Amino acid sequence: MARAKFLCDAERCIECNACVTACKNEHEVPWGINRRKVVTINDGNPGERSISIACMHCSDAPCMAVCPVDCFYQTDDGVVLHSKDLCIGCGYCFYACPFGAPQYPQAGNFGSRGKMDKCTFCAGGPEETGSNAEFQKYGRNRIAEGKLPICAEMCSTKALLAGDGAVVSDIYRERVVSRGFGSGAWGWGTAYGTKNGG
Amino acid sequence: MLRKKTNGVARRPQRASLLSKVAEKSVDRRSFLRGSGLAIGGLAAIGATAGSVTKASAQSAVNGAISTIKSVCTNCSVGCTVMAEVDNGVWVGQEPGFDSPFNLGAHCAKGASAREAAHGERRLKYPMKKEGGEWKRISWEQAIDEIGDGMMKIRDESGPDSVYWLGSAKHSNEQAYLFRKFAAYWGTNNVDHQARICHSTTVAGVANTWGYGAMTNSYNDIHNSKAMLIIGGNPAEAHPVSLVHILKAKEENNAPLIVCDPRFTRTAAHADEYVRLRPGSDVALVWGLLWHIFENNWEDAEFIRTRVYGMDQIREEVKKWNPEEVERVSGVPGSQLRRVAHTLANNRPGTVIWCMGGTQHTTGNNNTRAYCILQLALGNMGTSGGGTNIFRGHDNVQGATDVCVLSHSLPGYYGLSAGSWAHWGRVWGEDMDWLKGQFDNITGKDGKEKSLMNLKGIPVSRWIDGVLEDKDNIDQPNNVRAMVLWGHAPNSQTRGKEMKTAMEKLDMLVVVDPYPTASAAMHDRTDGVYLLPASTQYETRGSVTASNRSFQWRDKVVEPIFESKPDQNIIALFANKFGFADRFFRNISMEGENAPNVEDITREFNGGMWTIGYTGCSPERIKSHMANQHTFDKTTLQAVGGPNDGEYYGLPWPCWGTAEMKHPGTPNLYDMSKKVSEGGLTFRARFGVEREGTNLLAEGVYSKGSEIKDGYPEFTMAMLKKLGWDGDLTSEERASIEAVAGDKTNWKTDLSGGIQRVAIKHECAPFGNAKARAVVWTFPDPVPVHREPLYTNRRDLVEDYPTYADKQAYRLPTLYASIQKQDFSKEYPMILTTGRLVEYEGGGDESRSNPWLAELQQDMFVEINARDANNLGVRDREQVWVEGAEGSKVKVMAMVTNRVGAGVAFMPFHFAGHMEGRDLRENYPDGAAPYVLGEAANTAMTYGYDSVTQMQESKVSLCKISVA
Repeated sequence: MARAKFLCDAERCIECNACVTACKNEHEVPWGINRRKVVTINDGNPGERSISIACMHCSDAPCMAVCPVDCFYQTDDGVVLHSKDLCIGCGYCFYACPFGAPQYPQAGNFGSRGKMDKCTFCAGGPEETGSNAEFQKYGRNRIAEGKLPICAEMCSTKALLAGDGAVVSDIYRERVVSRGFGSGAWGWGTAYGTKNGG
Repeated sequence: MLRKKTNGVARRPQRASLLSKVAEKSVDRRSFLRGSGLAIGGLAAIGATAGSVTKASAQSAVNGAISTIKSVCTNCSVGCTVMAEVDNGVWVGQEPGFDSPFNLGAHCAKGASAREAAHGERRLKYPMKKEGGEWKRISWEQAIDEIGDGMMKIRDESGPDSVYWLGSAKHSNEQAYLFRKFAAYWGTNNVDHQARICHSTTVAGVANTWGYGAMTNSYNDIHNSKAMLIIGGNPAEAHPVSLVHILKAKEENNAPLIVCDPRFTRTAAHADEYVRLRPGSDVALVWGLLWHIFENNWEDAEFIRTRVYGMDQIREEVKKWNPEEVERVSGVPGSQLRRVAHTLANNRPGTVIWCMGGTQHTTGNNNTRAYCILQLALGNMGTSGGGTNIFRGHDNVQGATDVCVLSHSLPGYYGLSAGSWAHWGRVWGEDMDWLKGQFDNITGKDGKEKSLMNLKGIPVSRWIDGVLEDKDNIDQPNNVRAMVLWGHAPNSQTRGKEMKTAMEKLDMLVVVDPYPTASAAMHDRTDGVYLLPASTQYETRGSVTASNRSFQWRDKVVEPIFESKPDQNIIALFANKFGFADRFFRNISMEGENAPNVEDITREFNGGMWTIGYTGCSPERIKSHMANQHTFDKTTLQAVGGPNDGEYYGLPWPCWGTAEMKHPGTPNLYDMSKKVSEGGLTFRARFGVEREGTNLLAEGVYSKGSEIKDGYPEFTMAMLKKLGWDGDLTSEERASIEAVAGDKTNWKTDLSGGIQRVAIKHECAPFGNAKARAVVWTFPDPVPVHREPLYTNRRDLVEDYPTYADKQAYRLPTLYASIQKQDFSKEYPMILTTGRLVEYEGGGDESRSNPWLAELQQDMFVEINARDANNLGVRDREQVWVEGAEGSKVKVMAMVTNRVGAGVAFMPFHFAGHMEGRDLRENYPDGAAPYVLGEAANTAMTYGYDSVTQMQESKVSLCKISVA
């Protein structure tokens, strides 16, 4: 059984934000909600590196563990999805997430966050596949169409990889071997419980 | 346990896991209509979405047939294929164009959000005019009538040159060509476009070095590079998808990536070596590299002997640039330059890449020629992996340059001489007396009457001077009184505040654009402004030339939205209004009222642009390449089998001869290892055959298979006869040649293509086989030299490296020494430079109107080094005033960063809509202002124009910064 994973190759990411706008375009994500974002460290200094971050769909997902209404589920491919019908917007998942993935449509006081939204690995949600309800709540379900997440498919430098974890790590390993160095498979240890390239 | 819902009936087949899907093509189609309504309107709207991703109106699920249409991204010149999914006339999705050899599915932020053009919430929706300070909706008929009548009045009173036609690099080739032709039929050379302020110094410098002024190789060919030197370019932001090719060479060839830039750019962050130079010291830096190369005999002596003229004179100049002097002028340590020179010498072939950082200077043409000379010295020209890979800016700035929407030339770089007009007159089937009659005359200094037809017009960089300059100082009868900005962002030009004054002085201001642009808002006019909604390229079809000279075809994705019209239709409306439509469209059929057939326009320029081989690229051939993208190799660009077997993707020009000749295109210019018939080439014999006794033709070298085994001049009918090859001409070709100019007919003017065909039959380049020239004796600086910028704080260098004397150029007085002699450095101590951001493009009117992009960059800013910020008392994210050396100032957010060196400030130039602290949002038509407004960097940028092309100086000026 394949295990869906993301990997961002920091040696290649140039912070062009294609992943961000591709996601917005694909799922009609509104202003203020960022399922994916690019973070740059050492901005403007030698050693500057950028990493594209979204929900990593962790193996042992902390968001699932802390959710008081159990709105999360994990598909057989390892994609972590949730139900907006069940979500109460409590924000626990946001505190638990090591990647800052959960997003909320409202930023008011007194917990009025609204239903949580996050990256679905382009796999929709609990509504019927391909239904209008699924699209409106979770966005397009590319996985059901036999496609991979749009952010990775459109990445300008092929820095962002998505798909079967074994294939992804093969591609990355090949690159590291050919260039003789790598900045590590960022976040893999945290997300998938393995160190570089596992 | 939460489970996925089903409706209980059998679903369409679904795969069980990801694993099986990765390599397969999808057979499923989406079974729902995607909402086309956009759910946002700024931050306030977020609350309204109540948890669902969009508030697109509910639509019942249907099994609609979704069609996929190929277009090409309209941002930069990489030429990324956009795969548009269209459902029932609505653009519902974008898929990666994996088959495209240029982008392999990739996009940057701009390309990945191309679909927004079809949402178009902030588009200009219908024709408008400003009346009594209010925007008023009008009909197309009324708009064309009023504008046309106004122009005819100006024409009667002041002559045709008082109307300025400013075209665009956003036009397709067909639209751009038609636009240039339109200006000719109106009777003026006051026609230009963004290439003037983009790569004009490249085109002039490079074409005068070896023949053609274009990127010599391709993005893909960088795969073969062993070293990459990027100078004055930040492709990670300006051409992000090019990085997929650059990083391939870096990773797979271990090719060192060297970035020379005043800023530690996002490109520099991925470089092996970063060279920080003082803005405007490019020639010093390149001569510093060459000093080490010559000193150590690392140059390619045989290449120089056989293929380069004038390198000895370069050597003389380079001798002066020892490491100490280079460091004094450029700030780059000698030890670093030696290392870079050594790297370039040891890793051949290497490529040199440059962009605006090199071109936008008063000495831009010197910079571009210096880069070329570096490559000539290393023997890196005419070879795969080498070349000068000049990344053009806009999507079709190469094409619009080629069809010469330029004030100094007719399409195909034919120039403006009587012979050039005669050539195009033949192509157009036009009565030359009638055409001449459209133009005004002027009495020259010699007292002779001259037609303005043959005199260069005012370049776009100077149109404001055409309005503001005293009439007596201009070489045309009257000032510019009406301005047509047809796809141009005014904030991409320097001296913004003077532009405001110029706009207010005009009789009439006409904007033709999908967006109102800053031209609608930056002035305080109350009347006489017209806005005409143009369609984007996704709403029409046509060809576009990528930076690597490849043609691609865009199919129409959706019908023109709102009341917009494609540019060719708007041109037709004006041609009708001015009464020359019948003549103008003599060779072009109509698909409907005022709707010219696009392919017929392609065929018309196919019939005339022999100089650069825009002749073999028929619409049918371009479309075939587009349809069969998957058959082309991703590195060589050559088709392997399939219907285009052996051809290069997009038929990179020169695609010689007629389409029937089936020339495959020229992937790498001047590459003698291939036959000319198979894409090989020599350096062009453009500058004569000898100079002061020195042979200018190639010395005993020639392209593969050439029957002339030495250098040779350009082909004429007389030369064919002399060679005894005229017998190869068909009787039709012979008759056509005879009708043009008999024996004097050459490869450029022969409308049959026979001379080119026969030359190539004998594997000779139609344009000859010569040396490249390192010394351009026709330019102000034959040997490129360093000259200090007009506004410089290095007063110690002004004496050693002064600028030019003031002069008259392109109809206008042009200042140099009179500015430089004033010392502004006391009051304005900091260097000010400008550049691009990845999220926006050009003036940004379109991209700042795209919410997916606008959200990512909401504030105009200035980068200030931490040292300067602390000395000035400026804190990060604080508002500051940046005042340019001419006194105009902008209020922007400070970004304190070491990206810029101490003493240098940088601003992105994509913003507009604020003017000296004033928010101009109310000046836009209702609901058509971009989401993000900001100060235009160019409000603070100052005077300065290249000595050959009138390129604006937007990379070096002076400023002072203070807390706002």
